[in-house]
Amino acid sequence: MAIGRIGIYALLLAFAAVYLMPLYVMVMTSLKDIEEIRQGNLLSLPESPTFYAWVKAWGSACTGSECEGLAPFFFNSIRIVVPAVLISTLIGALNGYVLAKWKFRGSELLFGALLFGCFIPFQVILLPMARLLATLGLANTVTGLVLVHVIYGIAFTTLFFRNFYVSVPNELVKAAQLDGANFFQIFRHIFLPISVPIFTVTIIWQFTQIWNDFLFGVVYSGPGTQPITVALNNLVNTSVGGKEYNVDMAAALIAALPTLVVYVLAGKYFVRGLTAGAVKG
Amino acid sequence: MTQNAHKRSGIADRLEAWLPKIILAPTTLAMIVCMYGFILWTGALSFTKSRMLPQWEFVGFLQFEKLFANPRWDVALSNLVVFGFLFIAISLLIGLLLAIFLDQKIRGEGAIRTIYLYPMAVSFVVTGTAWKWILNPGLGIEKLVRDFGFTDFEFRWLVDQEMAIYTIVIAAVWQSSGFVMAMFLAGLRGVDDSLVKAAQIDGANAWQSYWHVILPILRPVFFSAIVILSHIAIKSFDLVQALTGGGPGYASDLPANFMYTFAFNRAQMGIGAASAMIMLFGVLAILVPYLYSELRGSNRG
Repeated sequence: MAIGRIGIYALLLAFAAVYLMPLYVMVMTSLKDIEEIRQGNLLSLPESPTFYAWVKAWGSACTGSECEGLAPFFFNSIRIVVPAVLISTLIGALNGYVLAKWKFRGSELLFGALLFGCFIPFQVILLPMARLLATLGLANTVTGLVLVHVIYGIAFTTLFFRNFYVSVPNELVKAAQLDGANFFQIFRHIFLPISVPIFTVTIIWQFTQIWNDFLFGVVYSGPGTQPITVALNNLVNTSVGGKEYNVDMAAALIAALPTLVVYVLAGKYFVRGLTAGAVKG
Repeated sequence: MTQNAHKRSGIADRLEAWLPKIILAPTTLAMIVCMYGFILWTGALSFTKSRMLPQWEFVGFLQFEKLFANPRWDVALSNLVVFGFLFIAISLLIGLLLAIFLDQKIRGEGAIRTIYLYPMAVSFVVTGTAWKWILNPGLGIEKLVRDFGFTDFEFRWLVDQEMAIYTIVIAAVWQSSGFVMAMFLAGLRGVDDSLVKAAQIDGANAWQSYWHVILPILRPVFFSAIVILSHIAIKSFDLVQALTGGGPGYASDLPANFMYTFAFNRAQMGIGAASAMIMLFGVLAILVPYLYSELRGSNRG
């Protein structure tokens, strides 16, 4: 039995090492200079750690024809993510509240039709959406990207809130109505106070989805509005001068940091969103 | 005065009654236009001879014929089959194994779970960039193993036409298997202990009770995991773009990359639209039976 348990621990730890390996390799590579990368190997520790790669990735690496590093694109991503997350979450909360507690004829059908939006491969809407954005004058703009992320995020946020609010007893709503509370008062005084966990789950989910998005970013952004994922891909595939793997790795880490930090701080909510969004959606 | 107040509350009441519908109206509009409308638009486009710009001259199934006559689409489709199968099978296997082992009252379970799941938090572009370096022919794993003393070791899948698609499998499994583990672990935690105890009283050993009692209970988890993973597989785009760029040549293209290349880089809108419709049908073919069985299940329950 004891041997069996040692085996279980050994296997679990071996897998942990495998999952951690890429992160370790990225960090180590990002701290080496290019000479050391050629001399050493993936796992070797940097002999004289340097932040050269991080500084260059942030401020001066080339992402195509410009060489301003990832910084401007990092801020592009923030300018896209913050409004898109807030708007889609807010709409989702109200939608979910209606679909859970103010059902009307056809509302269930509407919910079903909306759910389908969690599943469609976005390739099927890429071309017409590009036309719509061009018609609205929003092609290659941050506003356009926010709009796209809101539209295709609502299905998920609505699903999250609807499934959460469904478990609130109907009697509570009825009692509040008898006391003369109206639609918004009930939402504000009964539903909002209990909504902290579901807001957390939804905001984390949307933040991760939109920060990590590449497809919408690459199709709908222009030179000055690209999100960080697109810039990272350009940086890695731009070879002005020699290939600098340390800069590539530092850039990848910069792009990954915000979502990794959120995951470490609020892993529980991240997992909950993942399973709610994935299993139910 | 009272009459006036009454009248006003009458309007307020009517407004109140309409509120739920008013709130859902923008979403409904967006859904009808940007989901269903756009799908129809793309569908219609796939029957036209559009190239750079949409033009509404209908040519029947010509674009679909061109699509399936295109060797690049052929490669993308068979890559999807290979990638999809391996990605799903390996992720399920690793996910289930890790979940079962983690369910043995492990010390430090929380920390280990966190480690298994963190890849899910990073973007596929980051994953692709990291693995592109790890698998680098010359300086990556090849150099590492050579430094261990195996000086003839070769590992050049990234630049090998035949093998490039398997690098996508490796990176995708790394990213998603921890998530499958989390699903199975949640499923295992929901299994009624008394069932397992009963099996053990009947003389089943640990292995038998897993095989005969617990795995059958986990069937719905298997289904959900397969649906989610195949959904990820069909939509896979960023990972290929970052890891191999579809190369060498177009050897590791997936349908999503094909669609992007033809619709946006080559100004072949008609073919791009046709390939997108095929992808949609692929998702539907998996989804509809799943949702059907889900709904039937919930009606019965």
